[in-house]
Amino acid sequence: MADEEVKLHGMWGSLFSKRVEMALKLKGVPYQYIEEDLTNKSPDLLKYNPIHKKVPVLIHRRNPIIESHVILEYIDETWKTGYPLLPEDPYERSMARFWARFVDEKCLPSAWKAACSEGEEREKFTEEVHGHLKMLEEQLRGKRFFGGDAVGFLDICASFVAYWILVKQEAAGAEFLTESKFPALWRWGEEFKGCAVIKETLPDRARLLASLKAYLEIMKAPK
Amino acid sequence: MAGGGEVKLLGLWASPYVMRVQIALSIKSVSHQVLEQNLEEKSQLLIQSNPVYKRVPVLIHGDNISICESPVIVQYIDEVWSSSGPAILPSDPYDRAIARFWAAYLNDKWAASLRAIAAADNEEAKEAAVEKAAEGLALLEGEFTRSSCGRHNGKGFFGGDCIGYLDIMLGCFLGWVRLIEKLDLVVLVDESTTPGLAGWAERFCSDPAVRDFMPETGKLAEYAKKFFPKYKNPKMLL
Repeated sequence: MADEEVKLHGMWGSLFSKRVEMALKLKGVPYQYIEEDLTNKSPDLLKYNPIHKKVPVLIHRRNPIIESHVILEYIDETWKTGYPLLPEDPYERSMARFWARFVDEKCLPSAWKAACSEGEEREKFTEEVHGHLKMLEEQLRGKRFFGGDAVGFLDICASFVAYWILVKQEAAGAEFLTESKFPALWRWGEEFKGCAVIKETLPDRARLLASLKAYLEIMKAPK
Repeated sequence: MAGGGEVKLLGLWASPYVMRVQIALSIKSVSHQVLEQNLEEKSQLLIQSNPVYKRVPVLIHGDNISICESPVIVQYIDEVWSSSGPAILPSDPYDRAIARFWAAYLNDKWAASLRAIAAADNEEAKEAAVEKAAEGLALLEGEFTRSSCGRHNGKGFFGGDCIGYLDIMLGCFLGWVRLIEKLDLVVLVDESTTPGLAGWAERFCSDPAVRDFMPETGKLAEYAKKFFPKYKNPKMLL
């Protein structure tokens, strides 16, 4: 049924876009993937996301859904009988939502600021990153995944911490997340990346590294 | 836990984010205790129950549960007290996605433009902030028209016949919107620029679940003087 067709406008390196792919794959939902060149956005992307003009955009039943967290909840609620992304219990769901927001509002910006800065400023921002990672690590509490025994909503939303942050720190020549500093988070990251669905979805490391290095050069260049 | 256990709200009468929670609790008829907070001298309870952000609102449910961040709290209330009162979030997944998208837009983009008007200390900055806020309101006017078209008189709320999630996420700012319009001599929501929202705003503010929590403009003006220096000096506004 063409109406049930699922399309995803994404970008190969975007952690937001990859979240949606992880969710669709875990749910076993087939989809058509459309790679966007963010320097030359497709007319469809601009039509479906006129406000932010960003990826990811999910199209289902000809309706666009925007914002990765919103898309993930939509996927969970629409394909209810598949793999559960969010926990059943309202309190656990609230915790998953709260910490997912925390990753985007705190961890991502602090890591960017640290990566783009130097010297004393970088030291200050790196301390912030460490503070944020420590708070997030405490949420694991001996569990295999944030979601419990299986990968869930928060694990997917925190994939930055399992993968992108490591590539970013290498690109920037910085130290954000190490096994010695954050052993529980490190272990979680390894387990998370070891899951078949996640492994096949993560972007190529060498390509991501080159792309981040190039981006940081542009950010650091004198204006 | 399904609704059992004492409910406390760490709140602040002037905060739109706290108002969201109060409206939700009111819709669901959840009896609760409000502990008014002083953000200049934060209580131990606030710091302990919201160590990450140390801000209001915080919902404390029973002995062990603290929920922070207003969109998270409102969804929690909707899910725990699902059998009491009307649903806050729509039932259809796509409608829920739309409501959540706009809530994210309000929190991540629009609220800052409103604050920027209040914080603007010169005409240029004020105009730039007003333009941004007006852009957002035009988008929401469009969304209101889209969601209310097909309803018999194009009225009601974003959520339909009753107040819903998006109504709460936007409507909580109306007290500050009215104050800023009055003190900064700007027009944000009115019949000519945003006719749909103008009617919606009146219905929202007079709804039984809302009216007790909408701050009185005079009292809010006094409060605003503490955080936005220009309001202390009326001459600055002209």
